[in-house]
Amino acid sequence: MTPEEQKLIQARQRSRSILMALVLFALVVLFFGITIAKMSN
Amino acid sequence: MATNASLLTSDVPASPSSPGVPIPADWRDFVALTKPRVMTLVVFTGLCGLLVAPGHIPPILAFTAILCIALGAGAAAALNQWYEADRDACMKRTASRPLPAGRMDRQSALHFGVGLACFSVLLMGFATNWFAAGILAVSILFYVFVYTIWLKPRTAQNIVIGGAAGAFPPLIGWAAVTGDVAALPIALFMLIFFWTPPHFWALALFVRMDYDNAGFPMLPVVAGERVTRRQILFYTSIMGVAALAPVLLQLTGLVYGLTALVATGVFAVLAFNVAMSRETDPALMLPERRLFKYSVLYLFLMFGAVVADHWMRAA
Repeated sequence: MTPEEQKLIQARQRSRSILMALVLFALVVLFFGITIAKMSN
Repeated sequence: MATNASLLTSDVPASPSSPGVPIPADWRDFVALTKPRVMTLVVFTGLCGLLVAPGHIPPILAFTAILCIALGAGAAAALNQWYEADRDACMKRTASRPLPAGRMDRQSALHFGVGLACFSVLLMGFATNWFAAGILAVSILFYVFVYTIWLKPRTAQNIVIGGAAGAFPPLIGWAAVTGDVAALPIALFMLIFFWTPPHFWALALFVRMDYDNAGFPMLPVVAGERVTRRQILFYTSIMGVAALAPVLLQLTGLVYGLTALVATGVFAVLAFNVAMSRETDPALMLPERRLFKYSVLYLFLMFGAVVADHWMRAA
């Protein structure tokens, strides 16, 4: 594996990890909202 | 350097430079796998079905229902590309997609598509109701198994029957609110169902060589351009009846009626021009390109009119 490939892999892993964290956070907010709406109904 | 063909197998890396080194796909390629542009029309028609449904749904649940429709459409698109990767590589229009271009391995696309499909159906079920979730599941399974795997590589009628998959969103949106289906969402389903053949065959006329190269038996490839042009006009006339049905059945009012009359009239004129054309050079097929572009606008106009009409009548 060349150093360029190593860098590319790390950059992609980092961006995917950040995105996954954002998606998980959004899901927490969404599920909280759904729960509140269901309870209010 | 690995070839495109080898990159499409599930056990090799997506990397074009070092065999044996798995380079993870970029997140943008996962987004591209969901065909975001196609998704806008799916989301819009689903949203319109939801907005005109009687009854009330909390905004967060309405948002979740639309999100699920979008994710379900994205999942179906991902699975479609997973299955058709080899053929996509043969078509100019699709060769730059993540799988045929070698930017993603096939197994990642499969896992992403299946995961997204299951998640969207389960979330729809928990957030709204299991009837809407059931229709969403049927639409995904129909698109993947009936259209992509069964019909598309086998028959020139693939998009006539397969078009049903794209017609489900208004039903799902409506069902998310009411828990059932009624005459209006079924009429909207029929509108998209009969809109699909002229929409896709207009495209198929000017990308005929692509479909031919990929081995898809699209109507212009199998039956020729003249038959396709006649079929476009035939299905446009049925679509016209489907477009006016909501007014004739008194499911919608004047706003929708006038919009349907004018917008469908323009559609019919453009379809007539395509039927009359004898152009064989794809680069010079202007009426076909016009019809294809207008058909997308047409569906936005019609569904926008359904919502506007509903609001006007409610006011």
